[in-house]
Amino acid sequence: MWSPTGSTTIRTVGPPGSNSRFLADWLPPPCPLWRQPFFSFAFWRRSEFPRPVPRDDPIVQSSATTSPPLSPAATRAAPAKLECRGVWKLFGAGAERYSVRDPNATDSGKLAAAGLVGAVRDVNLAVRDGEIFVIMGLSGSGKSTLVRCLSRLVEPTAGEILFNGENLLAAGDKRMIEIRRHSMGMVFQHFALLPHLSVLGNVAFPLEVQGMARAAREDRAREMIELVGLGGREGFFPRELSGGQQQRVGIARSLAVEPELWFLDEPFSALDPLIRQEMQDEFMRLQSVLKKTIVFITHDFDEAIRLADRIAIMKDGAVVQLGTPEDLVMNPATDYVAEFTKNVTRAKVVRVASVMEAATAAGEGTPTIAATATVSQAAGLFSDGVSTVTVLGAHGQPAGRLTRDAVVNVLMLG
Amino acid sequence: MTAPLAIQTETATTATAPPPAASQSAPGGRWPARLLWGIALAAFILLWQFGKPVADWAFKVPRDWRIPAQRWISDAMRWLLDEASFGLFTFTDLTRFIAGAIEAPYRFILGLLSTGILDGRGSSATQLLPPLSWIAVIGVAMLIGHYAGGRRLAALVGGCFAFLAVFGQWSAAMVTLASILIAVPIGILGGLLLGLAAFRWRPVEAALRPLLDLMQTVPVFAYLVPILFLFGFGPSSAIIATIVYALPPMTRISLLALRAVPEEAHELGRMTGCSKRQMTWRILVPSAMPGLMVGVNQVIMLSLNMVIIASMIGAGGLGFEVLAALRRLDIGAGFEAGLAIVALAIALDRLSQAFAARRPHHESAEERERSIAKRHPYLASGVALILISTLAGLVSAPLQAYPEALQISSGTIGSDIVGWINVHFFDQLEAVKNTLLLNVLIPFKRFLTGLPWIGVVGLLALAGFRLGGWRLALTAAALSALIALTGQWEKAMITVYLCGISVAIACLIGVPVGILAAGRERLWKAVELVIDTLQTLPSFVYLMPAVMLFRVGDFTAMIAVVAYAVAPAIRYTAYGLRRVDPHLIEAGIAAGATPWQLLTKVRLKLALPEILLGLNQTIMLALSMLVITALVGTRDLGQEVYIALTKADTGRGLVAGLAVAFIAIIADRLISAGAARLRVRLGLATAEEIR
Ligand SMILES: Nc1ncnc2c1ncn2[C@@H]1O[C@H](COP(=O)(O)OP(=O)(O)OP(=O)(O)O)[C@@H](O)[C@H]1O
Ligand SMILES: [Mg+2]
Repeated sequence: MWSPTGSTTIRTVGPPGSNSRFLADWLPPPCPLWRQPFFSFAFWRRSEFPRPVPRDDPIVQSSATTSPPLSPAATRAAPAKLECRGVWKLFGAGAERYSVRDPNATDSGKLAAAGLVGAVRDVNLAVRDGEIFVIMGLSGSGKSTLVRCLSRLVEPTAGEILFNGENLLAAGDKRMIEIRRHSMGMVFQHFALLPHLSVLGNVAFPLEVQGMARAAREDRAREMIELVGLGGREGFFPRELSGGQQQRVGIARSLAVEPELWFLDEPFSALDPLIRQEMQDEFMRLQSVLKKTIVFITHDFDEAIRLADRIAIMKDGAVVQLGTPEDLVMNPATDYVAEFTKNVTRAKVVRVASVMEAATAAGEGTPTIAATATVSQAAGLFSDGVSTVTVLGAHGQPAGRLTRDAVVNVLMLG
Repeated sequence: MTAPLAIQTETATTATAPPPAASQSAPGGRWPARLLWGIALAAFILLWQFGKPVADWAFKVPRDWRIPAQRWISDAMRWLLDEASFGLFTFTDLTRFIAGAIEAPYRFILGLLSTGILDGRGSSATQLLPPLSWIAVIGVAMLIGHYAGGRRLAALVGGCFAFLAVFGQWSAAMVTLASILIAVPIGILGGLLLGLAAFRWRPVEAALRPLLDLMQTVPVFAYLVPILFLFGFGPSSAIIATIVYALPPMTRISLLALRAVPEEAHELGRMTGCSKRQMTWRILVPSAMPGLMVGVNQVIMLSLNMVIIASMIGAGGLGFEVLAALRRLDIGAGFEAGLAIVALAIALDRLSQAFAARRPHHESAEERERSIAKRHPYLASGVALILISTLAGLVSAPLQAYPEALQISSGTIGSDIVGWINVHFFDQLEAVKNTLLLNVLIPFKRFLTGLPWIGVVGLLALAGFRLGGWRLALTAAALSALIALTGQWEKAMITVYLCGISVAIACLIGVPVGILAAGRERLWKAVELVIDTLQTLPSFVYLMPAVMLFRVGDFTAMIAVVAYAVAPAIRYTAYGLRRVDPHLIEAGIAAGATPWQLLTKVRLKLALPEILLGLNQTIMLALSMLVITALVGTRDLGQEVYIALTKADTGRGLVAGLAVAFIAIIADRLISAGAARLRVRLGLATAEEIR
């Protein structure tokens, strides 16, 4: 039950008898929906901790961050929800006693000589409130270990982890249980569904653990199952679901406790490409409603640029570059990063704001485009003889103009 | 079905890993192996041939070297019985209390199934309520079967119980069922809890390991006496002995199953904020369930294996029937009672498996609003069935107890067949027996008993060193030396001789049968059915025809042991051959190998580790059977245990029993290490995996 099911199983989605695909038929929010408590701001913020005072960003600055921050999350400049400073995780006998503070002792050669593996090496990053933060890297680069440090499923060897300003590593067992019960959710690569529980039981499980009454938790679980498009399958058992459906159950379960911080460890890696893409779409849709703070792991760069507000690229346990997808593609810090981004269509990641001219005088009657849109989205507007497009800023005010030449230049990059 | 030590060896994963580098030598590989063996053997032969006049101590352990373990154990036992005390109450008070705590529920279930609910004890007891009628029991069993596994299971379970009634085994079977119904849940729960403790705390695991080894290898007869002393003669002693016997595999399997729970499940538990208790009972145990069910099956099977021995210390029931038949040499009655045990085993096993595989049913909201009877149809019909059949039973006697007129029995057919064989083939049988005795058995026995013990200890240590390194060498040497120093050497050698000969014959029969059956699906199905039955039939049943054909003695014992122990040799050979990667066989065919070359060069070679495991199991079964063949007058450790049992001599029995256990442990460790090394050499596993 714990392994991904093959792609041969049934793959119909949504309640039997309807053609609904996941959230498609009710999520692009028709107005009444917003009146439901479920979607109201207060509902999702109910279990929040006091906000930390915004602090200086200790991110490893990539060479690209000299360009103005442009992604939606970045422009909001939200406070850090989760911060990690100088986090190390060594595996091997005697790892606890090994001094990582000694700068001479921390290169991989020295570690290997001591019989240790540096799964996470001196990672500093801050995840901002409401952003999708993607951690990317090849297999074995330490992504899972890092995210398990962040949720304290493994104890870091050194460093600090601040969640809403609270030092997680100093929290006692009781406090950790409380934080995990109410503020964190996690989706696992191999789903981690409990084989003896039905879909309903699995989704209600975290609430059951908290001791919530049966009727209440099942109502809540039904809501979540409906949300991920599995309505009507509450009584099914994990083994009777396809891989994609199983992961929807995993997602519903992690959302049942209304987490503020949502970890997803390669949630779609065990799925085949078509289902994966579909799940990515649904994930984006969910996020557009829920606006969670998300730490998302993947080893697939295409997935990363589709989903991410910001990406951290890891190699051998260290973060080699951190920035928006555009930063990484246009200004890779190392050959390693360049290798990843080589095949990415530039126009799909470069934002209009990066190539527009800061002219205020926009022509009357020209088409308009948002500054945050990608160049490939803008390209379509130039179809019939249009040579300039007005670029609109965050509040709909004109921010500049985009010329045909600028777009062609980006498209020529491949 | 009895898989005493297989569990540990099976932990070695058999994933097809990339072939290891050829240089992965065994521990001690620096030594030129042949030379080492040559020197050791030469020294051994010198000592053996010419050592007697110079070093008599090497052949016979001198009196003042002996460890008086028997006396120590008996003294300890006496102290426990007479003096040990916890202040407020004595140790015996405690054990008697436990016995009482087990006896009370047992009496209740026995009352339901067999005697009726009684008021008072003994002959003056008056029946308050009659027991469940045979119709009620069969009906309830079928209902449970239907609940757990649908119609087919209901039919199977009904058939098994009907067999008990029709063959006149009903009342005995109900007594057995009552004690099984008490022993099995305690065994399962106890095993699971021990497994959990070992999983949670490493020291507990380290302490449990040798203890479990001993519990699985010390013959039951050896600990019957202390159990009798502590818990008194009667059903509770029998139930406790059964639990001691059936609990180790459950513990081991629980530990394995818990270890196999994926890391993600642990992480899920921690991420959802489970407390320790929730983690154990809501995540670990349910996730480990499929594995745990294997343990449940083992507990049921082993408990049923114990039925006969348990009947010797007051359990009564089917075991008693088999024993009585054995005394009368009534083959028919013995087999019928034996088959009744098999029927019970099949019914209970299939029920437990079906419960494990059962998909739990989630009550929908509308279902919750229905009446109790509608919500619990099985419970309701069960209660109704019991009420109606009890009333019917009061009116008409045949509806209460299965009428004798309708019982059938194979009568004397069994004895007649054996008698006929005796009349017509007596001379031939006798000739075979004498030839084997004179040419094989007796010379081999002389050879073994004439070996110097110190030399054997040395050779075992060397084998241990070559196969598994220093630790194994030490284990082998220490255990074999202990056998000698406690004065059991000669009897141990006779045990080894009987066991060795029987195992050799069992392999000579089993391996070819396994090879034949492996490739033929239908033949394999038939063979599997036969060996399953052979292993479920109580071992005592094998004694009867053997005694009737060959009378008492070593030869008879050997025949019974071979019959009992041949099953694993067949099973593991076939299993190993069937598991050989078909690509490798295709490669062999493509390389132009003849069928014979294919068998010897590819299939048997790759199946060798499995076959070795089969050999291991065969040895374990043979050793456990040897203790039972003591009844037909062998002179080995089994006899020693048996004599101690009849004399109620705790020390003597336990020391001999421990000697048997040591032989088993040495054999098991050496063979497992050999199999593991073979796996590495054949590229079926890497050295790290084995470790
Ligand atoms: N429990 C452990 N003990 C020892 N080493 C470990 C352990 N867990 C991880 N490692 C090592 O740490 C390194 C990073 O592993 P990690 O699982 O974090 O990689 P990953 O980036 O998540 O890879 P993947 O994409 O395959 O999931 C690897 O070299 C791995 O071998
Ligand atoms: Mg990973």
